[in-house]
Amino acid sequence: MRSFFYVMSALAVIGLAYWAYHENYRTQAAISHAERLEGQIATARQRLRVLNAEWAYLNRPARLRELADINFDRLGLMPLEAQQFGRIDDVEYPPETDLRIDFSGSVEISNQPKLEAAE
Amino acid sequence: MIRTPLRPLARILPARAKGENPDAIERENIRLRHEAMRDKARRRAEGRLLVLGATFFVAFGVIGLRMGVLAQTEPAEPRTSAAGAGILAQRADIVDRSGRILATNFDTHSLYAQPQQMIEPEKTARALVQIFPDLKEERLLKDFSGKRKFLWVKKKISPEQMQAVHDIGEPGLLFGPREMRLYPNGTLAAHVLGGAGFGREGVHAAEVIGVAGIEKYYDERLRDPAQNHEPLTLSLDLPVQAAIERVLAGGMSIMNAKGAAAILMDVQTGEVISIASLPDFDPNDRPRPLVQGKAADSPLFNRAVQGVYELGSTFKIFTTAQAMELGLVSPSTIIDATPPFRVGGHSIGEFNRKNYGKISVSDVIIHSSNRGTGRIALQIGPERQQDFLKSLGFFKPVDFEMIEASGGQPLIPKRWTDLSTVTISYGHGLSSSPLHLAAGYAAIANGGRYVKPTLLKQDGPQAGVRVMSAAVAAESRKMLRAVVVSGTASMGEVPGYAVGGKTGTADKPKENGGGYYDDKVIATFASMFPADDPKYVLIVTLDEPVETSGVKPRRTAGWTAVPVASEIVARVAPLLGLRPEIEQTPLAAITLTSMADGD
Repeated sequence: MRSFFYVMSALAVIGLAYWAYHENYRTQAAISHAERLEGQIATARQRLRVLNAEWAYLNRPARLRELADINFDRLGLMPLEAQQFGRIDDVEYPPETDLRIDFSGSVEISNQPKLEAAE
Repeated sequence: MIRTPLRPLARILPARAKGENPDAIERENIRLRHEAMRDKARRRAEGRLLVLGATFFVAFGVIGLRMGVLAQTEPAEPRTSAAGAGILAQRADIVDRSGRILATNFDTHSLYAQPQQMIEPEKTARALVQIFPDLKEERLLKDFSGKRKFLWVKKKISPEQMQAVHDIGEPGLLFGPREMRLYPNGTLAAHVLGGAGFGREGVHAAEVIGVAGIEKYYDERLRDPAQNHEPLTLSLDLPVQAAIERVLAGGMSIMNAKGAAAILMDVQTGEVISIASLPDFDPNDRPRPLVQGKAADSPLFNRAVQGVYELGSTFKIFTTAQAMELGLVSPSTIIDATPPFRVGGHSIGEFNRKNYGKISVSDVIIHSSNRGTGRIALQIGPERQQDFLKSLGFFKPVDFEMIEASGGQPLIPKRWTDLSTVTISYGHGLSSSPLHLAAGYAAIANGGRYVKPTLLKQDGPQAGVRVMSAAVAAESRKMLRAVVVSGTASMGEVPGYAVGGKTGTADKPKENGGGYYDDKVIATFASMFPADDPKYVLIVTLDEPVETSGVKPRRTAGWTAVPVASEIVARVAPLLGLRPEIEQTPLAAITLTSMADGD
């Protein structure tokens, strides 16, 4: 009876040790995975910040005004004036055309490193 | 355990036989037994002490070892944290009320040199000058070949410049990462944003600190790691600000003015939608303050906040509003504005020596009569006038979210005489900033509550202290509307929007004292729109304007500030989403013309 008890406790120790090491390795793996993801998030945020700054820079009012002036023949953009307001029931229904813009073949303009495909 | 008996018969009986005392045997046995017990107790105590000592030794040994290990190892960040990726930028963004970026951070690099690692200093200096033309070759060569071990070459370089420096291939040139503040809109809202510079600098990082404007006022908040992922949302509106700066710059050049300022403020919330001061500067490359000359001539000077001027007749409405509040007059009360009107030995005159005769209080405002306002002010008296102007905030700098605002301390007469009362009633003798005036007019526009101007986006209307009754504010607004319809600001009519306002033309005081210039004025137009239920107050101030289209040069606000203000209202009111009062148009007139033309 006593020897059986010794064998059982030895087996229990081995089993618990296996479980503890296994959990430890899993935690380590999860931490390094999280670190990798955080690194990717950081890169992505940095890229986002640069793109936001670039967007703001390209949309600065001075530039838009110049572009409106340059393209006046084609677009005829004017400052908004009170005379341009109308009542909603004065406006005709627009013709049914497809107004979606084609974005295919667009060019990546950021100089930031592209982020690796997420796992 | 076998106990030894204390009186063993084997020894007692022979002892008795010999006539000895058997008690001596018993005592001897008791002594022996006690000795044995004592030895045992001592051994046990010694053993316990040993165990205790060993335990303490091991425990202190473990603590000591652990401390040694902690002291020896490199510090490491905790590897697991929930917010690890949040903190990246060291300064929060600044955005306008719709979230458009006004200031953000940009990653760049600094360039520094370690001359003792350099291989070819001459070639490096030559190549650097080609990349950065503002550097001096001799100076660089002297630094590179001297005893210095470290020097900054450039604080901020662009990626292209960095690549070019890389291509030199010099191991003594090194790059440090830098975060720089970027104002993508250039000069837009330059005075509000102020600018930022580097604080303490190291090779691997540098502090970015605000040097002026809201960047400095909210420096702590913007740098706080707990809050810097959340942008600071201002009350400014980017398109409106751009339109106002554009129109103001145009107006300033047409009117030949030296400077100009404009403030657009929401009358309920106190939000400043736009605040502009010209000439301005680029906060990305903030100019140095002037070393000589007047600070007011520097583009860094914010006329809307720091500039304290006598704002002239725009003050008249405060005088009449207070008189109505006190029940001294009503809009139709007749005031005697005939000369002579002498106060404290000074004769009070009118513009162009006019004589308006006996006119109503409304007409005093519409024609901007100095004598009429002065007579009303004398009825109010100096104390009550001071209290009222104090309640409108004209006695201390506006509590505004810009570091420069504390510089806008109004200039108040030291002794408030009857003459002061009369001159201040029409805006002379008390200097304040256009921002003060905006807050004062907002109180009239919103029905009599003082709202504090603010640069931060608000959730709702400010409660505000009541400074006049709603009825008085409404009567005052009617008078201001009449000024535009039939008075001194007749050029202020904007198609579609009813504007009410008051002009003010004040002669500039000479810098070194001794009276006023004849040919230099500050022209101001303080207005509100839409006049029937004002949503916004607009203040336009031109510094030394001259309108030269006529035979004689004209300097009054009605000819200078008013046209500029009306153009601003015409441009800005649609952007603010105000519905114009449009006439009924025939149905056919409005079609989708732009689409039809574009195809």
